[in-house]
This record gives sequence, C-alpha cells and structure tokens, in this order.
Amino acid sequence: MKLKFISDLNLVGNVRIAVRALKTNKLRSSLTVLGIVIGVAAVVALLSIGKGATASISDSVASMGSNLITISAQRRFGPGGSGSSATLLYSDYEDILSGVSGIREAVPVYEGQKTISSSTRSSNYSISGVTANYLDVRSYEIGSGRFISEEDFDESKQVVVLGSQIAEDIFDGLSPLGRTLKIGDKNFTVIGVFAESGSSTGMSSGDNVVLIPLSTAYNKVFGTTAMSNGKKTISTIFISASSSDVVDQVITDSELMLRSNHSLTLTEDLPFSVASQAQALEALSSVSGTMTAFLGAIAAISLLVGGIGIMNIELVSVTERTREIGLRKAVGATQRIILTQFMIETMTLATLGGILGILLGSGIALVFTWAGLITAKITVDTLLLSFFSAALIGLFFGLYPAYQASKLRPIVALRYE
Amino acid sequence: MIEVKDLYKIYQIGDMEVHALDGISMTINDGEMVSIMGPSGSGKSTLMAILGCLDIPTSGSYFIDGEDTSKMNEDQQAFIRAHKIGFVFQQFNLLPRTDALENVMLPLIYDGTNPKERVERAEEALEIVGLKERMHHHPNQLSGGQQQRVAIARALVNQPSILLADEPTGNLDSKTGAEIIAIFQRLHRERHQTIVYVTHDAFTARHTERIIHIADGQVRKEELVPEPLIANPERTQRPEEKSAA
Repeated sequence: MKLKFISDLNLVGNVRIAVRALKTNKLRSSLTVLGIVIGVAAVVALLSIGKGATASISDSVASMGSNLITISAQRRFGPGGSGSSATLLYSDYEDILSGVSGIREAVPVYEGQKTISSSTRSSNYSISGVTANYLDVRSYEIGSGRFISEEDFDESKQVVVLGSQIAEDIFDGLSPLGRTLKIGDKNFTVIGVFAESGSSTGMSSGDNVVLIPLSTAYNKVFGTTAMSNGKKTISTIFISASSSDVVDQVITDSELMLRSNHSLTLTEDLPFSVASQAQALEALSSVSGTMTAFLGAIAAISLLVGGIGIMNIELVSVTERTREIGLRKAVGATQRIILTQFMIETMTLATLGGILGILLGSGIALVFTWAGLITAKITVDTLLLSFFSAALIGLFFGLYPAYQASKLRPIVALRYE
Repeated sequence: MIEVKDLYKIYQIGDMEVHALDGISMTINDGEMVSIMGPSGSGKSTLMAILGCLDIPTSGSYFIDGEDTSKMNEDQQAFIRAHKIGFVFQQFNLLPRTDALENVMLPLIYDGTNPKERVERAEEALEIVGLKERMHHHPNQLSGGQQQRVAIARALVNQPSILLADEPTGNLDSKTGAEIIAIFQRLHRERHQTIVYVTHDAFTARHTERIIHIADGQVRKEELVPEPLIANPERTQRPEEKSAA
C-alpha cells in the first residue's frame, strides 16, 4: 500500500490554527507569553548594558594613549597580610629611561594618601607626584589654568593641578584657580584644573586626580614615607613607546633592567608588572566580557522558567482540546501531524514572546543610556541570539505537550467530557 | 465492501478480562444501508470504533475493499480514515470558532487535496446537505440539526467507502432527527453511499434495509427489512404536539 507523503509541516495552515487557538483565550496566551517576554527582555537588556560597559572600558583605556606601557609593583598578598614584595625605585626609572631604547617619553609617579583641606572641608585624597611631561604620556586635557612646568619641578614649588570633580568637591563649586588648599600641613596653590572627561565608568577618569610636582612630593609632602632604605620610591612608571612596533621590545628590555637592578635571575618571578595598553585592554575586556556573559546566563535562567510556563499552559491546552484532537485523528490526522500542529503552536507563542521581549529589552537598554547611566550597545548578534533562544525554548518545551497530544487515542479522546 | 471476521476485543481490567467484542463476523456490501442495533454495553460502540479504524481488534480481521486493516500501524490507519471512512457522531464534534466550510474541509487537509479543490468539494458537500448559504457560520450560530448536517457534509467530503453514523440523532428532537435520517436515506438512494448506522432504537433501525442485532459482544441475529420506513419530517410530530393530541 502506498502512503502519500503529505507536506506535514503545513506551516501556513498550522500557524493559522495556532494564531486562532491563541486568540481564543487572549488573557491566558498573554500570561504565557509574559514569561518568555521577560526572559528575552532580560537577556537583551543585560547583554546590551554589559557590552556597553565593555566598550566604554575599552574606549577609556584606549583613550589613555596607545603605545602606553605601565610599570608598577605587584602587590603580593602573603600570609602576614598585604604588602609589596618589592619596591619600584626612582633609580629604576632613571635606568630604564637611559638604558632602554624605543622610549619616547617616560613619567615616574609617586602616589600616596594625604589629607587635603580647604577653608570649608577636609578629607583624605590620593595624591600623585608627577613630572612636567606627564601630559605627553597621559591624555588628560587642561580645562583652565596650566599644567605643572619644569620650573615647578626644579624648584619643588607647592602647586597643584586638580581633576574637575575634586575641584568642585573641595571648593564647593567656586572657581578653584589661584586658590589655596592645604595638603597635609603645607599650603598649595591651584594652578590648573583638568577638563571634565567623558568617561562614564569612573575608572582612570581624570576627574578625580590630584597632581603635584614629584620633587615637591618627596621634599615637602611625603618625606620619609616615600623612602625605602634611603632610596626614593615610586608607584608607577608610565612609558610612551616611540611606535607600536617597539612596544613588546620596550617591555622585554624594561623587565631585564628591573631584574638586573633588583638582583633577580631570569627564572625568578618578577614582582613588577610591566604591561602594555593592549594587555591591559585585553585583561579588562576579558573581565568585563566574562561578567557580561555571566549576567546573560542569569537572564537565560528566567528564559528557561518562561519555557516551563509555556509547557504547562500547552499541557492544559492539549487537555482542553482532547475532543478536537480526537476528531482530527478520526478524519485522518496522523500522530506526526498532530505533533507538528502543537509544536508550531508553541513555537509561534515563543517567537512572538521573543519579538516582544526584544522590543522591551531594547527599550530598557535605551532608557539606561538616556538616563546617562551606561551607554548600552545593542548589537545584531544579541538580538539574533535572543530570538533564536526564544524559538529554541518553544521547540524544546513544546515537545512534551505535543507528544502527549499526538499519543491520544482517538476513540478515548472523542468520548472525553 | 466491508468484511468482519471473528472480531475479538478484550480489555484487561485488573485481573479481569472484559470481552467487549466476543467473536463478531459480518459482511456489508457496497451500497447497503445497514443498522447495528443493541442496548448499551452490547459492544456496538467498540464495533463502531473498529469499523472506523479508530481502534484495532485484539484478534480477528477487518477488510475494507479487500485490505486487512486489523494489522495496520497507526499511520496506515490514519490514511484509511482520511480516504475511506466518513464519521458522524452523536455529539456532532465540530471545531468551535471555525466556520462550516472549514469544518467540512478538515478531512481534505489530511488526505492531501490541494487548497482550491478543498474549497470546491466542501461547498459541494454543503450543497448536498442543503447548507451552502450558511457556510460561513460558526457552530454556535447553527441549530443542532444544522450542525449535524455540517457533520454529515464533512463525512461525505472525502467520498468515503463507508459512512459510519453513531447515534446521530441522539441529541436531536424527533422532527430534526427525522430530517437527518431523511438525508441519510437520500444519500443512500441517490449516491449509493454505503451507510452503517448504529442505534439502540428499533424505530430508527427500521429505516434501514438490514438490522444486525448485537448483544454481549456477539451477533444475535440479522434481520432483513423488506420495506424500510421513509423518514418524513413534515409528518413527524414534535413531542409537544404528541401530548396535545
């Protein structure tokens, strides 16, 4: 006996049946779809916000200037508590500057905490002692006034350049230029304020820096705190390589210089971090990327719950339509046809939820951007991922109810009350 | 032609065996209008299910047009249902929120007819039962009798070898019931449709050519009806009229 192969998929017909079934009980359909909508919206919103944060970090790190290499002491956390296992010295900076080729500019920085007080307020801040070529290496911009000069450095003048946010905090919104503030117990004059930076992540933002000449930091502010075994210490060396090609070479040579200065053999761990911009970017992006994926995974859990909701409602629907299923079988529908019909019904519901969820999630991401919290980045792959996840959820969770429907024995189904 | 040989249907309920069908044999020739009559519990519903390929017997054979359906798998049975069998139920079993035309077209979706032809044949079938003007009505806009007529159109639309009617007038008043029986008789007379009519009512059974009496899962006797009654809705009294007279 020949079996005629009917086009079982009958997509248009089945979608029509599905839409009709869903319209029948609009409230129930809406509540079922809600789970998927929320799940997809969460995935879209969180992924977009996460990607926006990652992009923002990349931008702000990139804005610090390419070809930038940062040398700092690695903090090791030993059993006795935190503490650096080695100290970066001012002499290291001098040796690297003279001994390593491919360096365009190098800036030593000493960073320490001190109380800053104005006539109205007083608080602890992180203060950095820098050299006059600082702006050649870091891409901050002076908004008003000027930066520290060679003369300021040579004469250990008590002058200070503030980030815009700190200036506002200390002087309560009054114009800071020319005013005096106390760092520790010494008076300093404000000679410049940085322009407000656009970065919204708050990291490495120029809005919160306090910069004084490095010589002043050693001689007038920190004194012996900045010394170790009678030698001047520093926190960081910023190096601007002459081109991106030599960055790796500069890193290698600097590491060798540090090993030689600190009597370390080639096999011992280097207690200093010599990292290029690219490496920092990679590390930060990776962390941010991981966090984004993590958030996305959590959102996916809610999607899963939505799928369970669909499955339950479809089971109820199958039970309610037992007679209809029996009838369809009685007039010739095969098990596969019934299975397909209900699977398409579930998938129609799920993809509808997917589309609504994408709209809602995008809306949420845009609200975040508009509110100035994070510039969300809605990408095509986020939308595609969400849409196909919703469809897959529909497929997967629709399987069991559809299978139950297809297995109904027509004679039993037709007698069902 | 329908041939049933030694049909058994045995259910296991706990440690008891229930013989719904206990060795039934019968033959129904093309173009015959036959009724199967028996009280409730006689097994006529079970027999109906097997004749309609909705169930398979525990043992025995059931031949439709020479093919033994008792050995068929689920898909093959679905094929037979789509092509060779038309069903009319006591409870109409129309799809709600779907118009008459679409209800009638349903079997044609499953037998592979193309969309244009489906509409044509469905309209034709509705014309036969006299409901073409109401083809876009939904079941809740139709009376009981009209709904059953739609169901009959649906049963006819795939030109079945056998039309099975399971107490089709059970939910209708006597006048409407007579209308329905009249339609069956017309189908039998004008289109030589083979009809198997299941009922528990002797009066209804006398409208067919042959009555097969069933009890306790077995054929008790076969009775020929030399002059079957002709259903005449005009002369059938409604219950209210009967008591007034």
